[in-house]
Amino acid sequence: MRHRLPLALLGALAVGGCGAHPGATPATAPDPATAGRLATPAAIAKARADSARYAYTAADIHFMSSMIGHHAQAIIISRWAPTHGASPAVLRLAERIINAQQDEIGTMQQWLRARQQPVPDARPMAMTMKMDGMEHEMLMPGMLTDEQMKQLDAARGAEFDKLFLRDMIQHHTGATVMVKQLFDTYGAGQDELVFKFASDVNVDQTTEIARMQKMLAALTLGITLPNSTY
Amino acid sequence: MTSAFRTLSLGAALCSAAACASTMSSSGGGGMSTAAPSPDPRVGLRGGLMDAGQAAWNLRLLSATPPSKQFLGAVNSDLAFTGPYVIQGSYDGYQIWDITNPASPSLKVANYCPASQSDVSVYRNLLFVSAEGNTGRIDCSDKGVKDPVSTERIKGVRIFDVTDIAHPRNVANVQTCRGSHTHTVLVDPNDHDNVYVYVSGSSGIRPAAELPGCVSAMPEKDPNSALFRIEVIKVPLAHPEQAAIVSSPRIFNDLTAPARHGSSAVDRQVAAAARARGEFVADVFGESMILPAGFTGPLLDSVVKARKGSGPPTRADSAALRAALPGMIAKMVGEDGPPHGPTQCHDITVYPAVGLAGGACEGYGLLLDIRNPTNPVRIGAVADSNFSYWHSATFNNDGTKVLFSDEWGGGGQPKCRASDPKDWGADALFTIDANRQMHFQSYYKMPAAQTALENCVAHNGSLIPIPGRDVMVQAWYQGGISVFDWTDAAHPKEIAFFDRGPVDSTQFTMGGSWSVYWYNGAIVSSEIARGLDVFELTPSAFVSQNEIDAAKSVHLDYLNTQGQPQYVWAPSFVLARAYVDQLARSNALGASRVAAVRQSLASAEAASGAVRRDALTQLAVQLDGDARGADAQKVRILAGTVRDLAAASR
Repeated sequence: MRHRLPLALLGALAVGGCGAHPGATPATAPDPATAGRLATPAAIAKARADSARYAYTAADIHFMSSMIGHHAQAIIISRWAPTHGASPAVLRLAERIINAQQDEIGTMQQWLRARQQPVPDARPMAMTMKMDGMEHEMLMPGMLTDEQMKQLDAARGAEFDKLFLRDMIQHHTGATVMVKQLFDTYGAGQDELVFKFASDVNVDQTTEIARMQKMLAALTLGITLPNSTY
Repeated sequence: MTSAFRTLSLGAALCSAAACASTMSSSGGGGMSTAAPSPDPRVGLRGGLMDAGQAAWNLRLLSATPPSKQFLGAVNSDLAFTGPYVIQGSYDGYQIWDITNPASPSLKVANYCPASQSDVSVYRNLLFVSAEGNTGRIDCSDKGVKDPVSTERIKGVRIFDVTDIAHPRNVANVQTCRGSHTHTVLVDPNDHDNVYVYVSGSSGIRPAAELPGCVSAMPEKDPNSALFRIEVIKVPLAHPEQAAIVSSPRIFNDLTAPARHGSSAVDRQVAAAARARGEFVADVFGESMILPAGFTGPLLDSVVKARKGSGPPTRADSAALRAALPGMIAKMVGEDGPPHGPTQCHDITVYPAVGLAGGACEGYGLLLDIRNPTNPVRIGAVADSNFSYWHSATFNNDGTKVLFSDEWGGGGQPKCRASDPKDWGADALFTIDANRQMHFQSYYKMPAAQTALENCVAHNGSLIPIPGRDVMVQAWYQGGISVFDWTDAAHPKEIAFFDRGPVDSTQFTMGGSWSVYWYNGAIVSSEIARGLDVFELTPSAFVSQNEIDAAKSVHLDYLNTQGQPQYVWAPSFVLARAYVDQLARSNALGASRVAAVRQSLASAEAASGAVRRDALTQLAVQLDGDARGADAQKVRILAGTVRDLAAASR
């Protein structure tokens, strides 16, 4: 049986007793002495850079796995912009979201692959979690429900712009919630790349939320903003 | 071990130079072409950590020094300079190199003390190092900090006493609520007892249990919110151990300055005129917006309806709507609380000589008045839909222009591919008018397409003190180093570059130049993965040997690029010749006149005493007569330099 759980539960589940897929094996940093035996500075630098200096945890893996699906949904709805009559401002925003989040998906997949973790495809999958022997399917924070997706897909022109901005603000806000949950978790965010990546997601999406709020305000008030004002 | 590494790496660099046809200095010869090399030799370079292919144009790589053993594999970050030393931050601490011989930097000290990003600054005997990552520990060990609430963690600014530079001593740690992603040391010209450190932190707000007083609620819920502010640390020079936060200026509050490229004064006039005509004008996100009749008409009708009236709205109805509008708009556009601007800056460049700072703050570029160091005041703001994340600021030497960079993708993404727009992840160039308002002029982006394996976007750089021109050297991560002229802010032009192939040709790997700065004649680059590179600028059609020598005549005792120094050129024959070269290049003086001026300068330099003085005085008078047309101002500056030289020959 598959349920959807309220988002608020997710933070607790992500790192709690429930076994999240993909299964997580915390790693330990390699023995520096091994690296020290390598012959050239290039080899040492590469060995060290490839290794996890600080151990990563199940929460890190969960974050990097689930953000892939989260980003994938943002890309799907951004790709609707050209066919749904979006305004030039929303088209440009959508273009940049696609560019940014595609690259970030690559970063997350590479991080997981390098740690021999299952690498989710870039599809807006609900996360499946096992709890009390039952499988639960849940959306990551901020992800659009099927109903919201249908509503947005049916909208055209100014109505699409408005819904897109509203939905993307929700979506981005969810991503910042995921970052906060990560950093509130014991042992998480020690890995340098996870820390940088999650921090970048946080500042980039916070900045974009402010920009979208401004665009939405202008749209709501029937005002056309010049490109240079947001 | 260290010296063995260096030999090996230099060998590798030489091999790659020999093997790689694209390693060349194409304009080093007699041709002095102004055409950029074509096809661009930066495209298609072979990958490799220490043996990548490389391409150079009007720049010469003097040395490439791998990190010291303990720092291999760590991320190298920003640079600061003092005396003959360059201090190189690293996620593992910092290394101090002696670059007295730029062809062979020698390691003075490597202080292992992990914390990202280890942004570094130096002032006299004090070294400042930023800590923001979750793993930074007060005890400098590499155990990390697993607990989300821990008294072992440092997020803030570490202060070291480097009186004995070989033995840095940690004298203070100033903890801040959002850590220190970057920091800026402000030396106030009117305060000789203290320096000030502006802290920009972008990590999440620390729990009050970890650092008392940290509040994550929005300011309207709790006025002590750590959001929407920067921190100012006051450092008593005689007692650095007493360094502490003295103010938390809310420079983002009420972002009311119209945030736009266009003529803001005109925009304000338009809004004022609309108000005077009785139109409805709403203030949304600091913008005065004239509301269209299609929006206000139905609202007015509903006001009429609400009073159970009929017919056209009265003056009282308009007044009622006017009073209700702000609340209505806040409700309409602010489902998640009132709309707001940035909550923090990424970096702030202070320019005390002109009393200004440039704040690169999330979605905005801010201009700040910093004449009161503990209370910076925002005097201008710009925004741009092409900018993802305002990252850093650089003023021109006169303080009449400011350049902001956009770190689209956070520096960890490949944003210089052929398919990436040229106005995304670029620099935006602004002029600053007499009223200290900013006006957009153009974008500049390093032009060579990079692979998807190379992180690339606008990053840190500094001015090169070529007199009379605005020339900057800038790091573009794995996009390499680009030198460009932005004297004409509407038409910036690349005049030199250096680039290597990807760190790894099989998979995306972080690397490239984090920052590159001019310091006393050397161009020093912090290579994230490869170590420390030192370059020199070579003469070309764009920059003459005299201009390079004039740039080298400027000496700094220390340099923190984000505490921008004003370059001052002492009068010298090479300075005069540099100006003459510029007048020749722009055809402001005819060829025969240029030859005559050069001859006069040469004769005067060969003479001494009164003979020299009289020759120079005579030349200056002649130059006064030459000051006509577009470059008249530059001719007058040259005449002034010649007069200064005459005065010095008494």
